[in-house]
Amino acid sequence: MKILVCISHVPDTTSKINFTEGDSQFDKNGVQFVINPNDEFGLTRAMWFKEKQGASVDVVTVGEADVEPTLRKALAIGADNAIRVNTPATDSFQVAKELAKVVEDGSYDLVIAGRESIDYNGGMVPGMLAKLIKANFINTCVGLEIEGDKATATREIDGGKETLSANLPLVIGGQKGLVEESDLKIPNMRGIMMARKKPLNVVDPVDADKRSEAVKFEKPAPKGDVKLVDADNLDELIDLLHNDAKAI
Amino acid sequence: MSVLVYTESENGKFKKAAFEAASYAKGIADALGSSVTAVSFNAENTSELGKYGVSKVLEISNDKLSKFNADAYADALSQAAKKEDAKVVVLSQTANDKYLAPILAVNLEAGYAPNVVALPESTDPFTVKRTAFTNKAFNMTSISTDVKIVGLAKNAFGLKENETEVSSEAFEPSLDESDFSINVESVDKATNKITIADAEIVVSGGRGLKGPENWEMIEELADVLGAATACSKPVSDMGWRPHSEHVGQTGKPVAANLYIAVGISGAIQHLAGINASKNKVVINNDPEAPFFKAADYGVVGDAFEVVPKLIEKLKEFKANNA
Ligand SMILES: Cc1cc2nc3c(=O)[nH]c(=O)nc-3n(C[C@H](O)[C@H](O)[C@H](O)COP(=O)(O)OP(=O)(O)OC[C@H]3O[C@@H](n4cnc5c(N)ncnc54)[C@H](O)[C@@H]3O)c2cc1C
Repeated sequence: MKILVCISHVPDTTSKINFTEGDSQFDKNGVQFVINPNDEFGLTRAMWFKEKQGASVDVVTVGEADVEPTLRKALAIGADNAIRVNTPATDSFQVAKELAKVVEDGSYDLVIAGRESIDYNGGMVPGMLAKLIKANFINTCVGLEIEGDKATATREIDGGKETLSANLPLVIGGQKGLVEESDLKIPNMRGIMMARKKPLNVVDPVDADKRSEAVKFEKPAPKGDVKLVDADNLDELIDLLHNDAKAI
Repeated sequence: MSVLVYTESENGKFKKAAFEAASYAKGIADALGSSVTAVSFNAENTSELGKYGVSKVLEISNDKLSKFNADAYADALSQAAKKEDAKVVVLSQTANDKYLAPILAVNLEAGYAPNVVALPESTDPFTVKRTAFTNKAFNMTSISTDVKIVGLAKNAFGLKENETEVSSEAFEPSLDESDFSINVESVDKATNKITIADAEIVVSGGRGLKGPENWEMIEELADVLGAATACSKPVSDMGWRPHSEHVGQTGKPVAANLYIAVGISGAIQHLAGINASKNKVVINNDPEAPFFKAADYGVVGDAFEVVPKLIEKLKEFKANNA
């Protein structure tokens, strides 16, 4: 089985979010980038398939050279090859179209992407990619088993779960549940050394068109101070929630 | 050239998200000088949509669509959009809507903006405000395609009544085998519990509660308020509560009217996921806990004393205000 894991290179969850150039660009200054958490669960599940069922695992990112440390980290976790499509990621459709070319060229059976990236929260790359390559698509995937060319997946729905089955090729939008937090691997020294020697192929973009553009960013208005209520005066809290907030 | 809205229903009843999406679609239709057409799947009482500004309903009744299926639903919606020559399609952001949106975007060669929080800033270029960086920022996105898809964030617009005369017609999309290549084997959904996605009030517990045996009071507080229960990430990682209750940046987003955090410190990843909630209450014994900077109302105190007292007071309040 050939597996491709799509990795989004995103600011660490603790990053301060700022903008530059007249609030039109995300300010990368001093920001630490990481593998998108949803993708890391998927990558770890891919490693499980590799170990238990025999699979090759490639990782791919659409981006310029600055994303390479993130790909190297994925290699250190255990991926076999990395691919970087050499173009800035501008919108989800453009990224999906670039990825579609990589999937077609590599004839992958299973593509594991994340439910959403934590920077733009688009949640659309996996689904768009699947439909561009005419593969099956399962979103918010919290469990995945593959047998032969058949996949059984658990999907998180509002208020529960459902079990789905589909044939490969398949694209999933994954998240925690594919593996548990405790299954995530911190790359060890040997992994990091080996990752330096693994192939990181830079491929040319197909120059996909984009359909949307982030024109301007804005930060939320600063919040007013918290209204503290004495623990011995909870009637006041109820009154505030009822009359002020109109929430109960 | 109407504005099309997908109105999600469950067991024949429209979800609140459907009415909110319809209200929003009406706002866009007014800006464009057009009208709203809704598409419903096996829903009863489609005339209810008239209250929120819908003037026409394309009613799909098809047993094969009794369970949600993203490919088939997206195909049906694409056919409806083409039939109506819709240039704007409005969705909500439920799990199902988020699943079908990218498929629909490919079908219709449309640009898609998710997590939108307001009516378009301008309709030409078509520019909408959406959240980014998990609620740490907003982003103006302009869509350049002929057909545009907008995903409306929960509780961002609210329900706006706009009594409109509504006509409905049966709509039979032509669906083929490829629409059903994913089999729904089973659905496991607790029917008696309020879901985090649907809830107006969410009561959430963190590591400060010490252990799973102490969740009874959280359940009871939720019960009194008609709320859903949720938890912080470590609580689900330690198996105190199911993963489905994990909220935050890497868990479920919460956009409730009221979010009550008990024994949760307010880490940036937690806050990012719940910040879209309108009113936030924190109960924590550490006055320095970062949650107090993010909350609207706070009680500094021991959860094991405050929560039982709060439950009693709320019961009294409910009894007097019934
Ligand atoms: C990549 C990444 C993603 C993450 N995503 C998420 C996410 O999606 N959601 C999430 O929640 N976290 C997430 N986290 C974890 C986050 O950083 C925090 O570790 C977590 O939110 C802390 O959970 P907590 O508030 O329950 O526990 P703690 O931080 O341990 O806080 C417990 C609180 O309880 C209070 N307390 C203790 N005893 C009492 C008492 N008797 N009465 C009242 N209060 C009491 C304490 O004062 C303290 O403030 C993520 C972390 C990383 C690195």
